[in-house]
Amino acid sequence: MSEEVLQQASPGLIPGSGTARAAKPTRLSPSFISWLQAGPMMLVFLAFFLIPLAFVVIVSFWDYNEYQLLPHFSGRGYTDTFEGCLAQLPELCTIGKTYLKTLKLCFMVWAITLFIGFWIAYFLAFHVKSKTWQMGLSLLCTIPFWTSNVIRMIAWIPLLGRNGLVNSGLMKTGLINHPVEWLLFSEFSVVLALVHLFTFFMVVPIFNSMIRIDKSLIEAAYDAGASGFQTLVNVIIPLSKPGIVIGSIFVITIVMGDFITIGVMGGQQIAAAGKIIETRVNALQFPAAAANAVILLVITFLIITMMSRIVDIKKEL
Amino acid sequence: MKEGRPRSFYVLAIFFAAYVLFLYGPMIAIYVLSFQGPQGGLTFPMNGVSTFWIAKLFQGTGIVDLGAAFRRSLLLGVIVMIVTVVLSVAAGMAFRRKFRAQSILFYSAIASLIVPSIITSLGISLEFRIIDDLIKAHWNENFETSMGLLTSGLGAHLTWTLPFGLLIMFAIFNRFDPRLEEAARDLGATPWQTFRHVVLPIILPSVIGIGLFGFTLSWDELARSSQAIGAVNTLPLDLQGLTTTVTNPDIYALGTVISAVSFTVITLALGTIHVLNKRQAAKGSDAGKGLV
Repeated sequence: MSEEVLQQASPGLIPGSGTARAAKPTRLSPSFISWLQAGPMMLVFLAFFLIPLAFVVIVSFWDYNEYQLLPHFSGRGYTDTFEGCLAQLPELCTIGKTYLKTLKLCFMVWAITLFIGFWIAYFLAFHVKSKTWQMGLSLLCTIPFWTSNVIRMIAWIPLLGRNGLVNSGLMKTGLINHPVEWLLFSEFSVVLALVHLFTFFMVVPIFNSMIRIDKSLIEAAYDAGASGFQTLVNVIIPLSKPGIVIGSIFVITIVMGDFITIGVMGGQQIAAAGKIIETRVNALQFPAAAANAVILLVITFLIITMMSRIVDIKKEL
Repeated sequence: MKEGRPRSFYVLAIFFAAYVLFLYGPMIAIYVLSFQGPQGGLTFPMNGVSTFWIAKLFQGTGIVDLGAAFRRSLLLGVIVMIVTVVLSVAAGMAFRRKFRAQSILFYSAIASLIVPSIITSLGISLEFRIIDDLIKAHWNENFETSMGLLTSGLGAHLTWTLPFGLLIMFAIFNRFDPRLEEAARDLGATPWQTFRHVVLPIILPSVIGIGLFGFTLSWDELARSSQAIGAVNTLPLDLQGLTTTVTNPDIYALGTVISAVSFTVITLALGTIHVLNKRQAAKGSDAGKGLV
């Protein structure tokens, strides 16, 4: 039997005959495959994130009237935002006060979530010894995230309201005569709800950092005579820093841009950076909304840059 | 190290328990309150026990057209889930070798995650407004809008779910043993066969995890939908709208129903992941079992 016949009967049987290779003549180049694989996601980010972000910046310099956008250069978005600010100096104008209040809320939520988050992560990473328990307890903390944020916010109403559990409980014990009014629709309830919603965003990255700490380092510190407190300050906290920074960035960016929690829990009464944007949009003043978005973006970016000075985030992911 | 548990263990254990109570307490309160009797109000004590408010939602006589919003949210969630899975797995594969624009994609994803949602949402709404204006000016004067659930709304949700999908893919391929693919190639598998029969079965549990993330993130998404979704509302948007006006336990009933869907989806997904992991453990490798 000639080689040719054999090959017709079962192509590719004879090694090196070339038929098997000829069956796929056009091999795609690796870089083309990469483009094919990553391209769609890149396109989504381009169309729905990068270009929109560019539009925010561009539109913030457009003019507007009561009905429409006027696409020519104008600083009105910004001047309207800071209206009267120079005249009022040294008093803070409304926009200044609003940003100050946003920063204050942000700082309070950050400090509280960091404190709670650190100790929860510490407990899970160092005190809970079995992997199963670690998994189980972490899952226990995640379950509330299986439901919508708004639901978790309104869940406070039956507890904190005028006739809520806390007030009626306090009245019954005779500690107070009138219901406490500042429990709900106040800065207190906003901070409480934000802590309730976002502490776990602090726990996860800190826990991830802590779990990677080599246990022998802690033993070494202990053997070298360090007290528990010294080990904490000199070993555990420095090594958990990446997690602390990533968690902080999460919490800070969420709170800086938040307008929903502040709206619902503040009874639509508390002004904040995100709420200004929402209000401007509802009034169809898009350039002013965009100008505020740019300001918020710059402030958030500055905070993140400051924090990422502390650790290289890309390396940690 | 020391024997037994140190005192700090007990202090932190109590702290942890308090945190869990803090997490769950309020939510349990509204689940319970959604079973108020017909005369019940927004706060305790319960005024009878019934499914009156939940039934009212499904009759459509309540505060919102629950059915329509429910279907919209479900449709969007499922589409977001599918797109997130496909694009994340593809991009995750791409990141396993170096390619140009790699860092642009990476930083876009991270930025999309941390730029405040209201800004992304505003940007998308501006973009579509400008597109609308262009269409009206050049092609069709009577054009209404290109904004909608499956255009601007879908895009807005994807900017939120894709970064998570990509980060999960990084975590998967960090633990992935490329020798398995090499073995498949040595046995003559095409790249597609290698992916289909070797890579995919191994990463499948985590891929389901990505789908789960995609669905629930979209299902609960509010901030990005707020400006970008157009005229229709998703369920969370309806719910947020209700918070300012409602004085009946309808809102708790709605909350309970939304939660129930999330819980069902997640339990199903976790169950599937569990089954797949078991199968993998049982059938995945015959190494060390001898020749038969």
